[in-house]
Amino acid sequence: MELSGSEILIQFLKDEGVKHIFGYPGGAVLHIYDALQKQDDVEHILVRHEQGATHAADGYARATGKPGVCLVTSGPGATNAVTGIATAYLDSIPLVVITGQVPSHAIGSDAFQEVDAVGITRACVKHNFLVKDLNKLTETLKKAFYVATTGRPGPVVVDIPKDITAPHIKIPYEYPEKIKMRSYNPNLKGHPRQIKRAVELMLGAKRPMFYTGGGIVMGEASAELRTLVRKLGYPITQTLMGLGAFPGTDPQFIGMLGMHGTYEANMAMHECDVLICIGARFDDRITGVPSKFCPYAQIIHVDIDPSSISKIVNADIPIVGSARQVLTEMLKALEKTGMEPDRNVLDTWWKTIKAWQQQESFAYDQGPDVIQPQTAVEELYKVTNGDAYVTSDVGQHQMYAAQFYPFDEPRRWINSGGLGTMGFGLPAAMGVKLAFPDKDVACVTGEGSIQMCIQELSTCLQYNLPVKIINLNNRYLGMVRQWQEFFYEKRYSHVYMDSLPDFVKLAEAYGHVGIRVDKPADLHDAMVEAFKLKDRTVFLDIMTDQEANVYPMISSGKAHNEMDISPLQQKIQATLKASGELV
Amino acid sequence: MRHIISLLVENEAGALSRISGLFSARGYNIESLTVATTEDQTLSRMTIITTGSDRIIEQITKQLNKLVDVVKLQDFTEGNFIEREMMFVKVKAEGEAERSEVNRLSEIFRARIIDVTDTTFCIELTGSGDKLDAYISALHENSILEVVRSGSMGILRGEKALTI
Ligand SMILES: Cc1cc2nc3c(=O)[nH]c(=O)nc-3n(C[C@H](O)[C@H](O)[C@H](O)COP(=O)(O)OP(=O)(O)OC[C@H]3O[C@@H](n4cnc5c(N)ncnc54)[C@H](O)[C@@H]3O)c2cc1C
Ligand SMILES: Cc1ncc(C[n+]2csc(CCOP(=O)(O)OP(=O)(O)O)c2C)c(N)n1
Ligand SMILES: [Mg+2]
Repeated sequence: MELSGSEILIQFLKDEGVKHIFGYPGGAVLHIYDALQKQDDVEHILVRHEQGATHAADGYARATGKPGVCLVTSGPGATNAVTGIATAYLDSIPLVVITGQVPSHAIGSDAFQEVDAVGITRACVKHNFLVKDLNKLTETLKKAFYVATTGRPGPVVVDIPKDITAPHIKIPYEYPEKIKMRSYNPNLKGHPRQIKRAVELMLGAKRPMFYTGGGIVMGEASAELRTLVRKLGYPITQTLMGLGAFPGTDPQFIGMLGMHGTYEANMAMHECDVLICIGARFDDRITGVPSKFCPYAQIIHVDIDPSSISKIVNADIPIVGSARQVLTEMLKALEKTGMEPDRNVLDTWWKTIKAWQQQESFAYDQGPDVIQPQTAVEELYKVTNGDAYVTSDVGQHQMYAAQFYPFDEPRRWINSGGLGTMGFGLPAAMGVKLAFPDKDVACVTGEGSIQMCIQELSTCLQYNLPVKIINLNNRYLGMVRQWQEFFYEKRYSHVYMDSLPDFVKLAEAYGHVGIRVDKPADLHDAMVEAFKLKDRTVFLDIMTDQEANVYPMISSGKAHNEMDISPLQQKIQATLKASGELV
Repeated sequence: MRHIISLLVENEAGALSRISGLFSARGYNIESLTVATTEDQTLSRMTIITTGSDRIIEQITKQLNKLVDVVKLQDFTEGNFIEREMMFVKVKAEGEAERSEVNRLSEIFRARIIDVTDTTFCIELTGSGDKLDAYISALHENSILEVVRSGSMGILRGEKALTI
């Protein structure tokens, strides 16, 4: 088969199993767009901004586990994509981003719409390529997908000069089933002796604790994790990126940990004597000051990326391997010992944890007048039966969604954790809805974040992607305001969202349904209505308490047992103490 | 502590900037970096001299290994290896006394004079970094016109080799 560069690209995507790509045309990719137009195996979604393309592909990847694919033009197309590429990089999401480039002969001449895309993206990709020879195009594409999806996943950029895609130059094409790279061989299998040592340490623990993260989700290790954790009966906490891998409604799950984690999860981290970390990377929102982190624990750390291990916190038993393989081996090793954890010892540990749980660190007061943001998320949970795909933006609303929507399955909770990119939520939701048209997809956002990629409402209409936007409208850049309240004596510097658009009218202008909710009493009906309109994008503009804060909170420099707790939890704590239930 | 790390890298455009970019992006020290292709044109050999605590050096080697272009890597520091650096020094030497002094020094250090004019010498010297430093300090400070150093290269002693 003789094909042009453009045709090779599209044929390759088809052979690689890519059904959808997100993109935006321009001069350097015109040949490719022409070839796209002549086929219908690969569906192209025209976004309204290249950032939207990367986030949509990212949401698609997070929900499906398959790589997300984008196509953008040179120069401004490539630079607009950078935020989305960096977002995927920090959360280890497999993306393949094709950027057009000026013709080979013009590279380096400051040509029209020329930027050094490979240079600009170097610091935020797993790897990138500049295709200099048409004969290398197929192999390069194969490498791009291979690198993006294996080992620790990540975004890969393929920069293709315009002449490479010219329609009249054709070469033979054959889809390469396999590729080998001498310089890239991720190790999946954990060291058997280390696994055995880890199992022995686990079994001997008095106050064990599982701490797992995004690596379980990406590594498809949810089933194995559930088996091991349930077999042992140990408590488990998950990071923001790990939620859903172990069911959020399971009693062994004691909530998210870290800066806005539950009181019990953070206290248990502080007190545990054996910490079993799998597929999490000791982010500073988890550890706070590393020297005060888990002071009594011996640490087992399983990660596919050797550089994640002992980077922030020293691991006593490091295990490099994929979460799924290592967990499978751990289960076998556990079986082989024929031993079980000492139930009496474990009961004592659970009693301690239950006493922490009694303090209800997420408690809040929903009065009759003003909608509390937590209530809105709880309502979302009820109306969707806890079974929706939920994306979010960045801010307080993101934390409320993580805290009040317990996910029972992996890949349901989709948010930007590492880069914390406002503007992620709506395009990500589009990507999810495209992958799962029959599922409820909600984007929990704030009036600040939603405006960063609001133009994608237009894409929702064009491609019939009826997502539900749950806007927790507090008229503040709430998360920043909270920090200014706590650490800058309430000097609210440039966080008030004045002159906000009428979101209802705005939604209508984009051809969607807008519903504004002011009163707690109206919330339920509005939410029901929004999800009843199956084939419409609905913008629920919910007026929430302006100065609500996210609790608990670990301030910088503090240890896990030094959380700031909510006024309500302080009250509960005092009552429990007075009644002698808490010592 | 000072470490000498030797790498085999894909001979691809961009490989060098990925490696130097890694050091600047993560704030690692880099004392010197040398690179050239090997007998296999698809591979480059690189020697990096860096300093840092054990923890940082561990991260440096892990991060380097993680780069898709890096084929193989070894920290020579603990092992049995040879390290050499090459230097060119151009000195001003006009009077008879000055010229013979330069000649004498070069003999002592086993340096080679590779270019001569009426007023200058260009000297080539290979050795450990310390030796090159010593040679420079032995020269009359005002006589040095320019110094060009290659940065260190390293190789393992004996049969051990860094190959693929
Ligand atoms: C406003 C805001 C507040 C936040 N507050 C919190 C908070 O309170 N609590 C919290 O947890 N986070 C919080 N975050 C998120 C935080 O910044 C980090 O993104 C998050 O903690 C990282 O999660 P993780 O450790 O699971 O790592 P990920 O970024 O998910 O990394 C996954 C790790 O698993 C490894 N891995 C990948 N694949 C595999 C595999 N197959 N097998 C084994 N290992 C694998 C990777 O190498 C990596 O080390 C917040 C973010 C924002 C924006
Ligand atoms: C692109 C970007 N710019 C700035 C920030 C810093 N930031 C983090 S949260 C936040 C406020 C978000 O406001 P909003 O979307 O209204 O959410 P809220 O906290 O009020 O729920 C800001 C500005 C960011 N995370 N991303
Ligand atoms: Mg807000």
